[in-house]
Amino acid sequence: MGDTPFVHPYIPNSVPATKQTMLDELGLSSVEEIYAEIPERLRFKGTLDIPSAIRSERELRKHVQGLLDKNTSAVDFMNFCGAGCWQHHVPAVVDEIINRAEFVSAYCGGDYSDLGKYLTRFEFNSMLGELLDFDAVANPIYDWGDVAGRSFRMARRITGRDKVLAPAHVSPMRLMEMRTLCQPEAMPTSTKIRFYEWDRESGMVDLEDLEAKLDDSIAAVYWENPTYLGTIEAQGAEIARLAHEHGALAIAGVDPITLGVLAPPGSLGADIACGDIQPLGMHMHAGGGCSGFIAFRDEDPAFAQECPLELYTVMETKTPGQYAVGEAMAERTSYGSRDQGKDWVGTASGLWTIAAAVYMALMGPQGFKEVGETCIARSHYAARLLGEIPGVRIRLSPSFFKEFVVDFSETGKTVAEINEKLLGHEIFGGKDLSSEFPELGQSALYCVTEYYDQADIEKLASAVKEVTA
Amino acid sequence: MSTHETPHEKVARLAKLRRDGGVLRDYRSPRYDEPFIMEQGTPGERGVFVPLAEEAVTQAVGEAADYIPEGMTRAAAPVLPEMAQYQVMRHYLRYAQMTLGMDLGSDISEGTCTMKYSPKMHEELIRGHKAADLHPWQDEDTMQGLLEIVYETGQYLKSISGMDAFTLQPGGGSHAVYTNACVMRRYFEAKGELDQRDEMITTIFSHPCDAATPKVAGFKVITVMPDDNGYPDLEAFKTAVSEKTVGCMITNPEDTGIYNPQIDKYVEVLHDAGALAFTDQANANGILGFARARDAGFDACHFNLHKTFSSPHGCEGPASGAYMVTDELAPYLPVPVVTKVGDKFHLDYDRPESIGRVRGFLGNWMCVIRAYAWIRNLGPEGLKEVAEISVLNNNYLDNLLMAVKGVSRPYAEGHRRLDQVRYSLQQLKEDTGVGTEALRDRMVDFGIQSYWMSHHPWVVPEPFTPEPCETYSKDDLDEWAAVIKKGSDESYADAAFVLDAPHAQPIDQMLRTEAMEEHDQWAFTWRAYQKKIRGAT
Repeated sequence: MGDTPFVHPYIPNSVPATKQTMLDELGLSSVEEIYAEIPERLRFKGTLDIPSAIRSERELRKHVQGLLDKNTSAVDFMNFCGAGCWQHHVPAVVDEIINRAEFVSAYCGGDYSDLGKYLTRFEFNSMLGELLDFDAVANPIYDWGDVAGRSFRMARRITGRDKVLAPAHVSPMRLMEMRTLCQPEAMPTSTKIRFYEWDRESGMVDLEDLEAKLDDSIAAVYWENPTYLGTIEAQGAEIARLAHEHGALAIAGVDPITLGVLAPPGSLGADIACGDIQPLGMHMHAGGGCSGFIAFRDEDPAFAQECPLELYTVMETKTPGQYAVGEAMAERTSYGSRDQGKDWVGTASGLWTIAAAVYMALMGPQGFKEVGETCIARSHYAARLLGEIPGVRIRLSPSFFKEFVVDFSETGKTVAEINEKLLGHEIFGGKDLSSEFPELGQSALYCVTEYYDQADIEKLASAVKEVTA
Repeated sequence: MSTHETPHEKVARLAKLRRDGGVLRDYRSPRYDEPFIMEQGTPGERGVFVPLAEEAVTQAVGEAADYIPEGMTRAAAPVLPEMAQYQVMRHYLRYAQMTLGMDLGSDISEGTCTMKYSPKMHEELIRGHKAADLHPWQDEDTMQGLLEIVYETGQYLKSISGMDAFTLQPGGGSHAVYTNACVMRRYFEAKGELDQRDEMITTIFSHPCDAATPKVAGFKVITVMPDDNGYPDLEAFKTAVSEKTVGCMITNPEDTGIYNPQIDKYVEVLHDAGALAFTDQANANGILGFARARDAGFDACHFNLHKTFSSPHGCEGPASGAYMVTDELAPYLPVPVVTKVGDKFHLDYDRPESIGRVRGFLGNWMCVIRAYAWIRNLGPEGLKEVAEISVLNNNYLDNLLMAVKGVSRPYAEGHRRLDQVRYSLQQLKEDTGVGTEALRDRMVDFGIQSYWMSHHPWVVPEPFTPEPCETYSKDDLDEWAAVIKKGSDESYADAAFVLDAPHAQPIDQMLRTEAMEEHDQWAFTWRAYQKKIRGAT
């Protein structure tokens, strides 16, 4: 660049005359005089090891798009992998709204200037509350594993007990996040995660084992529906009842897109629900589409008081009939009370709550019913076709929502080999379970949502048949 | 006024008038009087059709209901809106219009947040299917482009911080700060010192997450207060450090915008005690290319890609925290770590010393794509120019604000601030009864986003904290200062009018503030509001 002044489209005051005018007003000869606040010994004297600028918008676009084009997307190929991040259809209106400059660029603006953001948040909470059958929904944060761990910590604070019970087939990835949040067990404030067994035939939890492990040191019993392995957990009400018998809380981890057809956690007796809103209108973004929610009963104020996330309440204004939305009990959060707050909150996934609000409003009760029915029908159709392939076996219960375990052990091939060959058919195969669940042999977790139709599924089956032969 | 005024002269004259507090924008927010969506629609209306199972599929497998176990069928349909597509779209478009955000709001206001312009071209990049429709478990061979972007961004951030290794897994700044608490915990666990070391030190002008996240990690938190000059009290800091100290988690410059010139001395005190030092660099905008965390001795630091590196704030996310460490702490980073072998990029899970995970999958890498594009667009000179102009802007604005009656700037008299300033309206409050919250609710009537007051506690009374980063023009700064001056003038002339604000917003002043604290009044959902407030069953 040499001596040419650096004037950039994003930096209006880089125009030398403007800079000079401002310096003159301050009585300074250069900005360097301000930087004198940083002592010489702490000043960086070198040049940043960063390539020189690609200045024009056209050339920058070409460069970055060129890198992105090295990716193969789930639009280029068909994708039958879920395992915590699922490919559902995103209605165009969802993208239209969340790409609005006002929502994309907003942050912590006040109650009035960013009113629309707050109203949308309240509507998101209200609609998710209807799906879950809970009166209280908090402002979401990072993802499912994170909110599950936070729910455990919340239960610990409410009950004063320091152990939680989780099913042994909980998602291993979520479990890693939970463990980080629950602290190493040697620490005095740790929350201890203990496991109860699951039935290798049905995929459901083992109630007898749960009952054997429940005692009055247990703060909460956690279960997932559908389970990580895709099966529908039919015993939620019984799990909640057993937990309550021992004075423990019942925490359900839920995929909310199932709730047009499946019984909601509120109706099953859960005290807290958590899960991920990614299926509700988020593109996958390589996992960046995830966002975790916490919902709970509101009969006992202890739940709201111990909730670690921001809570928003509907309010009124001086004009009758006019609504506003305000943050409730802000003192309770880390923003209000630093290390005396409940865990912490921070910038996480606000735009996704707006996407999910639009999604829920577009879908309505009928949309949720239909998407649930289509997921069930098409995933079972896929399981049927795959199960007919020699050496391929469908494992666990016949009751699943969109994901199911496909065991390739008898084909003599590993899941890794099969998935690599499926790439040649422009297909992303299921999640390899062979290291997470060795007892399932060479199994993969397949996912079929409403996104893929009969013809797609038949193409998958024929490709799997070819690569396993 | 001259009849020969050219358009250019008119603009200049109005700008001068604005700056003098004479003419401000005649602004009215859109006000749609829009009912909640839960109150709208008609039974039977549809917003979108979803695919239905084909006849052949249903014939082959039967009805979906047959696969739902007994007792697990939803008994009553969820009470969601039943509304046609245009009406849903229009509803949320109206909500968008009643959101000022940054793009409309000249958001010099939200200090500590670095509300810079997020280039629109970057949105085109991340909305395409090559970014938006990737599955996180895809084979790494099918996302080499994404991994290359993440890896290279990590290299740039290493250069900017002086650190050796990085992770871009955290989904926000506080999340990266939490990651640090967990990495320090793992470091001392590996050394067998975890039962000895259980205290983390922070300062009151560091972000609340620097106190909250080490607590979540299981540590006791010691908060050092400022000395008379506004710096963390070095003597108090030394007293706090002992063989029980894990480390520190502090900001520099702090929320006040004051750069601590002895920061390396604090780090030395920690290192002498065998403890670690982390600096929260959520607000790195003023020091890009001018000072590096490593050079002050820090073992770890973080950046907010959604602040300093231009990724938009998105109504509070998705966001991305870049967490940077020295080689000594690198083994403890969360898995997977992005590596490069030859020309190929990898996701490395084989890291036995790792803390595990702080987030599922990979991270909010759409934010990383934007940060990469932004860094490449500016280059090394551009990054320094960003820092320099943000510091110049801040001092220029400071000059204007310090001339406003009722405004003061506590601490470090005679020292210039870098990227932001924490001001006090204590004098205005004493003189007129108008405090910082009331002025905040009035300033938005001029089409300017409401300012950030302060993190809690309010050590500076009646605080406000603007941050005029490089995005804003001199005219923008003049206008912003004029709005504050106008608010001050109004307060001295007619405080009741200001206390009754806002006057040009989508709604009038809020009531029922007891709903914020009382169980029988708060309603976190519409159904709760029906039950509690409207008395419906």
